[in-house]
Order: sequence, then structure tokens, then C-alpha cells
Amino acid sequence: MEFLGIYHYWVFAVLLMIGFYAVVAKVNLVKKLIGLSVFQSAVFLLYITMSKVSGGTAPIFQKGEVDQIFSNPLPQVLILTAIVVGISTTALGLGIVVRIKEEYGTIEEHEIQEIDRR
Amino acid sequence: MIALENHLPVLQVVVPMLMAPLVVLLRPRGLAWAAAAASSLMSLVIAIQLVAGVLSGTDYSYALGGWEAPYGIELQVDDFSALVLLLVTAASSIALLAGKASLDQAIEQHRQPLFFSAWLLVLAGLAGILVSADAFNIFVFMEISSLASYVIVAGGTDRRALPAVFKYLIMGTIGATFYLIGIGLVYMMTGTLNLADMELRIHEVADQRPILVAAGFITVGLALKAAVFPLHVWLPNAYTYAPHAVSVFLAACATKVSLYVLLRFDFVVFQQNLLGHELQFAAFLMPLAVLAILVGSAVAIYEYNLKRLLAYSSVAQIGYILLGASLVSIGGLTASLLHMFNHALAKGALFLAVMGLAMRFAQLDLRNLGGAARHMPWTAAAMAVAGLSLIGIPGTAGFISKWYLVDAALDKGIPGLALVAVIVAGSLMAVVYIWRIVEALWFAEETENTPQGVREAPAAMLALIWLAALANIYFGLVTELPRELATVSAESLLGHLP
Repeated sequence: MEFLGIYHYWVFAVLLMIGFYAVVAKVNLVKKLIGLSVFQSAVFLLYITMSKVSGGTAPIFQKGEVDQIFSNPLPQVLILTAIVVGISTTALGLGIVVRIKEEYGTIEEHEIQEIDRR
Repeated sequence: MIALENHLPVLQVVVPMLMAPLVVLLRPRGLAWAAAAASSLMSLVIAIQLVAGVLSGTDYSYALGGWEAPYGIELQVDDFSALVLLLVTAASSIALLAGKASLDQAIEQHRQPLFFSAWLLVLAGLAGILVSADAFNIFVFMEISSLASYVIVAGGTDRRALPAVFKYLIMGTIGATFYLIGIGLVYMMTGTLNLADMELRIHEVADQRPILVAAGFITVGLALKAAVFPLHVWLPNAYTYAPHAVSVFLAACATKVSLYVLLRFDFVVFQQNLLGHELQFAAFLMPLAVLAILVGSAVAIYEYNLKRLLAYSSVAQIGYILLGASLVSIGGLTASLLHMFNHALAKGALFLAVMGLAMRFAQLDLRNLGGAARHMPWTAAAMAVAGLSLIGIPGTAGFISKWYLVDAALDKGIPGLALVAVIVAGSLMAVVYIWRIVEALWFAEETENTPQGVREAPAAMLALIWLAALANIYFGLVTELPRELATVSAESLLGHLP
């Protein structure tokens, strides 16, 4: 059962590899970017799950309650920043793909290479 | 002045970062460039002050917003970061000052404010990485500088820059994400993001395996960013098709900042805490360094595109820097840091001279550059001087670091001899590819492709090209400044070793 107990790490690892596979194996530039997004999202999950304390709630002090258990808010804040970074990366990547389409008329990697070789 | 002195580490980041959005608003012709150059020069002045302060023994530690470490974000400047800060700000300033005419050609007038804004963001990001003592902060600054550098690399007119930048973006993001996974794992085990605090707390961790995994992720991620062989494939095309001034800036310092983070993590955070980390570090990076030197130089020998030739030579030079570090000795690390400095000088000067050539020659193919030295002897001569420094001829900066490197390798006994052979072989190959450039510029006949009316590069640009070339000779004769910074940093990084 140890395997199931740490299932969230498996989700992280599998998602990471799915994203990585798409980045490496796809020749379509937009698909590569989708893979990159999945790849980054997997890391967000790693951070979010590590901050969870079982039975923990949002870290806000409430009147009258003494021994509350809080989840760690810091990784969530970190990942908020990382999500912004991820969005900017995807946006910039898509911007570059648009420019490539304008200049080359295609977004397939091998076709671009062929045009450049000419 | 006293009050400002304490705020130097944060000003190093704040000045370019605040100027970046302001520059966008400066529409009148040339004003954006002037503002960018001015704030870059101001960063250089701050960096020089930091270097002077560090040399006189000041410890720059800055608690952002008044929150003390390890709870708040700490900025810290020591000899190592001051050395690289000096490189980054100097490279940016000289590239901007010299590159005015070249950038006016490459970038349309109405896009210039945006371009220079992105340039300042690269500078702010690189400076941020260097002053920060917080692992996550380093990640954020790394992404700021990377995203902005994708923009300035793609900013030119050459459409081949676009696929090159796309590759750079994909690989850069994977590298940064690996780094993020690594610090996530370390945070999970230690609960801290402050580098100094991490170093202490990793001791207390009972199960070292996640830390070991983290060390792997961080090393590989940063190696990707630093273009360590065989993760260098993004580098040659990105440098080749970028606007020439951008090549000067990035070739001189961008990969070195990633190497800085790599060395800092591996030597400060992991070295003392992981069993056998020195051996793993050396066994992983030394073969890659040797391959980088041999393969990078060999490819450069067969390359005809001048900029790509220099880019492959950069791959080889990163190999030398890593080779010194992978000896894991104070001598080796000193040589490595010295080579960081000296290679930035040599490669910066070479790319500056390339920029001068590109003002007159549209095609930077060695076969089309015949007669260049006849019409622009000063530019060609500066390129030869910088080339000699890259090879490591005595009397130039490149010689000093290679001498230290050979010295450190010989301390390792018999295996060290093999490394010396590699260094000598790499330098001989450098002789070959630098000679090919010299031959093309000085001795080749003019072809029908030679453009009409070639004349010397603009005077202002030429002056700065020669400033950079003469710096190669100056630091080859007067070596105190980089040597002292490198020695002190190496001692502080590896001080715990016998």
C-alpha cells in the first residue's frame, strides 16, 4: 500500500513525463508548447501537494479556536509566482510561433528546417 | 553617500528594472537607446562600487523590506557575485554603447523602445540572480532574464532567429523547470529557501535521498541553461542569428551567470552535506568538460559562418570553465573563475569586432570576407588581438587563466597530465580556427561577393572595439583584480576542503 500512499508523487512524475514526451517527440510547435505547459503544471502539483498537512485548513487565525492545524501557505505562494512565469513563457512561445508562421508559412519543425537549408 | 552604500545590492537590480517600463515610453528617435545606455552605465558604476567594497572587506547583506533571513528574502554580494556582476554590467554597457549604429540597422525605429526595455530586463534579471541569496528568487530572476533574452535575440531582421529562439525557449524552460523541481525537493526536506540556511539544515535531514535527487535536477537544469555539452544545442543558432550587439552581450555573460548558480549550489549547498558529492560532481562534469573542449573546438574548425564559429568556440570555453571547477580544488576553481572573466573579455571583444565587420559586410561567411583587412585594418587587427587572447598567447588575458588551469590540473598527478593534454589540444585547435579567421580577413582575395565601398567601422564603435581588445592585453599583464576576486571566491566556496 506504500505505493498508493504516495500516489500524488506518481501523478507528478507521470504528468511530467507526458509533457516531456510531447516536447521531445512532437514536430508541431504548438503541440510542443502544450507539452511544455503540461510539464510545468506537473511541477506546480508537486509544490501544492507538499504543502498539504492532513487535517490542515487555510492558515487564518480564528477567534476561540486554539489548536488548529494549518497547511503551509508558502509553497502555494511560490507556485502562484511560478504559474505567472509559466503563462508568460507560453504566451511568448505562442507569439514566436505566430511570427514563425508569418515568416515561413508553416509551424512544422522539419518543414522549417527544410526551408532554412535551401 | 553612507546611506546609499547599504542599498547597493538592491539598487543593482532596481535601477534597470525600473528603467525598463520607462524606456518603453521614450518614443523620440535615439532617446530609448540613450536611457538604456545610461542606466546600464549606472549599473556598471554600482557594480564597480560593490567590487571595491568587497575587496576592502565589506560584507553586503541586505534584508529586503526589513525582513531578516531566513524568513525574509536576503540579498548578498560576495567576491564571486561581485566578479560576475562586473562582467554582466560591463558587457551590457559596452554592447549598448558600441552597438548603437548596428542596432539602428537591425531594429526599426518604432520597435526600439520595446527592444531596449527588454534589454534592461535581461540586465535586471541577470543582476538579480547574482545578488540574491534565496533559491526561489533566483528562479524568478532567471526566468525574467531568460524571457527577456528570448525577445532581444529574436528582435533582429534575420528570420532564422525565430526557430533558434523557439528552441532556446523550450530548452531554457525545461532547464528552469528542472531547477524548480530541485528546489522544491530541497524545500520539502528542509523547509527553507535561503541558501545559507539550506546549507545548515540539510545536515539535519535524516533521509538524504530526496536531496540527492534535488542535486541531480538542479545540476542538470542549470547545465542546460549554461549550455554545458551536450546540452548546448540551443546556443550556436541563438548567438548566430541574434542582432550583433545582443551576441556581444549574451556571449560575454549569459551562460556564465548560470554557471555561477551551478557552482554556488553544488559547492555551497550540497558539497558539505552529501556523501561523496565531490566525486559525483567531478565524475559527471569532467568528461562533459573534456568533450565540450574537444568537440566544440573541432566543430569550430569546420564552420564557415563567422558567428557560429565563435559560438562553438564558446561551447569549448564553457568546457574549460567546467574543467577547472570539476577538479574540486581551490586552484582549479580559481582557474575556472579567472577563465570566466578572461573568456568574457576575449569573446566580448571578438563579437564586438564581428559587429564592426557586419556594418560593412552583410554576409559573415569566411569565404566572403576576403580583403576585409585591406579596407578596415583596425577592426581586423582588434579581432586578431582578441583571437590571440582566446587562444591563450602569453601577454594576453587568456594565457593567465589557462596557465592557472594547467597548474591546477598538474596537482592531480598522472590523470592531470591527460587533462593538460586536452587543454593543449583545445588551444591548438583554437589556433587553427582563429587562424582561419585571420586568413580570411587578411590574406584571402576579394571575391565578387565583396560589397562595394567597404570602409572602416564607425569611429565610436571602433574605439570601443579597441577598448575591449586592449583590456585583453591589460588584464594579461596586470592580473591583480580578477586574480584576487577569483582566489577569494574559490577559497570561500571551497574553504572547508583540506
